[in-house]
Amino acid sequence: MEKRKFGFAMSMVLAAGTILGACGGGGDEATDNGSGSSDEGADKFTVAMVTDVGGVDDKSFNQSAWEGLQAFGDENGLQKGTGGYDYIQSKSDADYKTNLNTAVRNEFDLTYGIGYKLKPAIEEVAKQRTESQFAIVDDVVEGLDNVTSITFKEHEGSFLVGVVAGLQTKSNKIGFIGGIESDLINKFAGGFEAGVKAVNPDADVAIEFAGAFDKADKGQQMASAMYSSGVDIIYHAAGGTGNGVFAEAKSLKETDPEKEVWVIGVDRDQAEEGKVTVNGEEKNVTLTSMVKRVDLAVQDVATKAMNGEFPGGEVIEYGLDASGVSIAPTQDNLTDESKAAVKEWTEKIKNGEVEVPTAPGGN
Amino acid sequence: MSKKWTVLAVPVISVLLGLLAGAIIMIVSGNNPAAGYMALWNGAFGDSFYTGETLRQMTPYIFAGLAVAFAFRTGLFNIGVEGQLLVGWLASVWVGLAFTDLPKVVHLPMAIAAGALAGALWGFIPGFLKARLRVHEVIVTIMMNYTALHVTNHFIRNVISDGSDATDAVNETASLRSPFLENLTDFSSLHNGIYLAVIAAILMWFMLEKTTLGYELRAVGYNQHASEYAGMNVNRNIILSMVISGAFAGIGGAMQGLGTFGNMFINSGFSGIGFDGIAVALLGGNTAIGVVLAALLFGALKVGSLNMPIESGVPNELVEIVIALIIFFVASSYMITWLLGRFKKKEAK
Amino acid sequence: MDYVIEMLGIRKEFNGFVANDNITLQLAKGEIHALLGENGAGKSTLMNVLFGLYQPEAGEIKVNGKTVHITNPNIANELGIGMVHQHFMLVDTFTVTENIVLGNEPKKFGTVNMKQAEQKVRELSEQYGLAVDPTAKIADISVGMQQRVEILKTLYRGAEMLIFDEPTAVLTPQEIKELIQIMRALIKEGKSIILITHKLKEIMEVCERVTVIRKGKGIGTVNVSETNPNHLASLMVGRDVTFTTEKADAVPAQSVLEVRGLSVNDSRGVQAVRNLDLDVRAGEIVGICGVDGNGQTELIEAITGLRKVKGGTVMLNGKNITSFKPRKVTESGVAHIPQDRHKHGLVLDYPIGVNMVLQTYYQNPFSKAGIMNYKEVYKKANTLIEEFDVRTPSETTLARALSGGNQQKAIIGREVDRDPDLLIAAQPTRGLDVGAIEFIHRRLIEQRDNGKAVLLLSFELDEIMNVSDRIAVIYEGQIVAVVEPKETTEQELGLLMAGSKKGAGERV
Repeated sequence: MEKRKFGFAMSMVLAAGTILGACGGGGDEATDNGSGSSDEGADKFTVAMVTDVGGVDDKSFNQSAWEGLQAFGDENGLQKGTGGYDYIQSKSDADYKTNLNTAVRNEFDLTYGIGYKLKPAIEEVAKQRTESQFAIVDDVVEGLDNVTSITFKEHEGSFLVGVVAGLQTKSNKIGFIGGIESDLINKFAGGFEAGVKAVNPDADVAIEFAGAFDKADKGQQMASAMYSSGVDIIYHAAGGTGNGVFAEAKSLKETDPEKEVWVIGVDRDQAEEGKVTVNGEEKNVTLTSMVKRVDLAVQDVATKAMNGEFPGGEVIEYGLDASGVSIAPTQDNLTDESKAAVKEWTEKIKNGEVEVPTAPGGN
Repeated sequence: MSKKWTVLAVPVISVLLGLLAGAIIMIVSGNNPAAGYMALWNGAFGDSFYTGETLRQMTPYIFAGLAVAFAFRTGLFNIGVEGQLLVGWLASVWVGLAFTDLPKVVHLPMAIAAGALAGALWGFIPGFLKARLRVHEVIVTIMMNYTALHVTNHFIRNVISDGSDATDAVNETASLRSPFLENLTDFSSLHNGIYLAVIAAILMWFMLEKTTLGYELRAVGYNQHASEYAGMNVNRNIILSMVISGAFAGIGGAMQGLGTFGNMFINSGFSGIGFDGIAVALLGGNTAIGVVLAALLFGALKVGSLNMPIESGVPNELVEIVIALIIFFVASSYMITWLLGRFKKKEAK
Repeated sequence: MDYVIEMLGIRKEFNGFVANDNITLQLAKGEIHALLGENGAGKSTLMNVLFGLYQPEAGEIKVNGKTVHITNPNIANELGIGMVHQHFMLVDTFTVTENIVLGNEPKKFGTVNMKQAEQKVRELSEQYGLAVDPTAKIADISVGMQQRVEILKTLYRGAEMLIFDEPTAVLTPQEIKELIQIMRALIKEGKSIILITHKLKEIMEVCERVTVIRKGKGIGTVNVSETNPNHLASLMVGRDVTFTTEKADAVPAQSVLEVRGLSVNDSRGVQAVRNLDLDVRAGEIVGICGVDGNGQTELIEAITGLRKVKGGTVMLNGKNITSFKPRKVTESGVAHIPQDRHKHGLVLDYPIGVNMVLQTYYQNPFSKAGIMNYKEVYKKANTLIEEFDVRTPSETTLARALSGGNQQKAIIGREVDRDPDLLIAAQPTRGLDVGAIEFIHRRLIEQRDNGKAVLLLSFELDEIMNVSDRIAVIYEGQIVAVVEPKETTEQELGLLMAGSKKGAGERV
């Protein structure tokens, strides 16, 4: 009996060994394929992106960046995969370096790191892999010729949605929910507050931070507290935490269709997130969104790099002027007054008439 | 003899069963399991870089596994490894930043010791509460995980840095980084911590099996009443066990702070290493050598799985399922052997 | 004779170890048949074969004259064989009826018909004189009651042949009497009973015939009317056994243990020992005798440092050891055979050899500078295993795997080996068979003869009378009388234990 079991175990081990052996062989093949495809794709420019822990479908900047890569791929006839464009997801903070290296090892010409969390990893890997090109989104890496830093003038876009909020609030109470307090998120808060005050000096802006970008429940709690204190418009800059803000607004709308509750989305056009059906009638709690065109920026840098104009070592700031930030195309819930005001203030910012602050508490 | 073989065969078979279940899932969902596992293997051991990454990932797993196993052997269930790891991480980074002109031979051990001490302190509290007030350690350690998470975040933002969400990198004199290992593994982030992990495993084995302390701790774990009758100080041993377990976890945190990352940053959630440590300890049968092997498996799965989507096209979600299945089978096999053991004991009666 | 069960030439092996070797047992209709053997002789194995838990390697089982193959307990049930387990298999939070019908519930429209079940249970309990309340929760009824529930469970399933596995081990004397009546009632109703036991008294009282097995071998079947306890004991053990322990008169010397005015609380904080005085001299055995719960346990725990002393002093050889920690007490020269060997005496998951140094592991040569020397540990263990006849496959076998008697021998070996001035033995023979009891008594007397002071705590009057040189009767936390075994009777002790002669004792 024992012997038979042992024999079984042995054969399993042997089988495993064979499989693994086959894997080893296959691995060589795969590498061969890889180099082959990069040979044939020598004329093709390949790009990869490494997400942060949010993942590629975070409905936020990872997703937006991926949309940019897809657009770039379509434009240049690339396939998803190692010979064209692809993404690598990180599951923990320890994965960034591994994934960046994996991108380099798969011979991508340009590798994006999405999000400020990848900054240390990009710095280090870029130093080791000087022959590869990198770009970081949402943070600045200085002093490395093979890294481009892509940042946004979030305060400018936030200013515009602030104008909308200031004009459309009924209660003169407006909320802001940020993810983790940082220089970056303060740009959102500062621009937003300035926009509100510019058109409605009487309105109050309550600024709060959830302490996390992935806690929808926390977002919902905070939104619930804000709405019940009389706030009617909340602007969130909190990634996944912001999904809780939408959830709360929608559930309030469902129980009382007449109640004025609005959410201003961030990063992408979040009109989809705000859809809610009340008594068979379709409503939307998304007032509008501040769109950060990570996709355009990613596409732009990739195109430059493909054309041999990789802006290595530079910090590119995408603002209103370059359509790097803007108010979302979905503006169904905006009044004509708001739309006109948005246009007006856009011009003022573009021509430098107005300097938007990058942190709250300007007044 | 046959007993020894089952001890080995059970985890091996369960890993294979897990792989098989994962393969079935991949086939059902229209993916190629051979390609998937090939990618997993390549991503874990495909070349020196990935081997390095696997060993790097294994390092904190060994410490977390040892921490759980050590407490378990003395009859305590330390769920708080995650928290002890976080405070150890913070303390080691803090010491690594605070001193600038110490020689490496002083500074590095000091930073690691700080991690061990912080973890030990975090283990002492539930140990003390258990010994004095009979508060169950599971409850206290779970709570202290959250405390650790938020306390460390607070310290990073407000004490060690100026409102930033990451600390600076620790000074070179406190770093575990090894240019030698990095060159050997083509710039992987493998660091000297792996040596410490192996030493720690040997130390745990020696402590439990060869010292009077281990004799006492295990006796208390098996039977508190008999230990008390025999003149051992049961309360002291409970506290000591949690302290040592916490110290292992704390050094595991130091590995992250002084090696893998070289700093500490705001964690919005748990790193999961402490919880995976429970699985590592169970799979390793709560023995030192078992923990090392199980940590290698977990490290390989974690690192290798990153490579699966890009090399084999298996979608990420599926990779998670496959990895979870392997862990599930591994864990349930432990339960099965445990149950079998129970039945055998009953029959013997 | 009409046999309802015949087990013929049964052989059962476990990994080469022969647990049953050619055993034959024939149960006649309407008889109470004893299955007698020492612990580990193979009684339980044989019954598990009958009950379908084990398959025999050889031999044949006949039920009502027909050869049967019992491959699982369900078949045994169907054949009318029921087992009353020593360790009850009851669900504490269920009622008596729920436990009885568990797995065999009367159904009505898919739900359990509890009314009908209760009725059936009531009928059964009246028929066999098994008084229980069908609606009571198991957790709320006494051990004796729980045993009746176990019996009812088998009757409910239609058992004709009942196996009782050591049924009296957990019962009080009163409950034992009741059980014997129940067994007689069952016989009257036409049932047949196999009684597994090693208590000779019970066999002589209720059984017609007895089958003896020793070390896995069938020794034979004898009629109870043609035998006596001594004969049975020698059949069981394989040699002559004496019940009255032979010993010379004690030659007591100086006082070793002096307890003065001791007061101790029990775990609930109620005073258990009140202002107690006690002396034990070198070269004598003092037996403490009393009804359980009169402070005996607390007294011993206080002396050995396991329990806090509230007042009074404990002196050992003139040295005050009151409130010493257990280790200091041990080091002062006290050895302690604890009442509950599983709870206190052994670390069951340690090898038996490792258990031999439970109090001395930190000393030379078992360890040096905190490092254990297991070679020395096992060397010591082997000497003790040999000297005290501990039957174990090896010194590395887990203590858990040993029989109760051998575990106890190991503990005694360990305690005696430390050469203590005072040996405290609390219920040293509980649950052991005659062979082991005799061995342990001899060892205690040997210690006395070597000039040690021995304090014996026992609830068995026989043991107290046989072994002690002086008997201290404890009642409500005080020693109410000290008598010599030769000058007293069990009746007198019984009265003293019940507190009735307290006043008289004080006057003397």
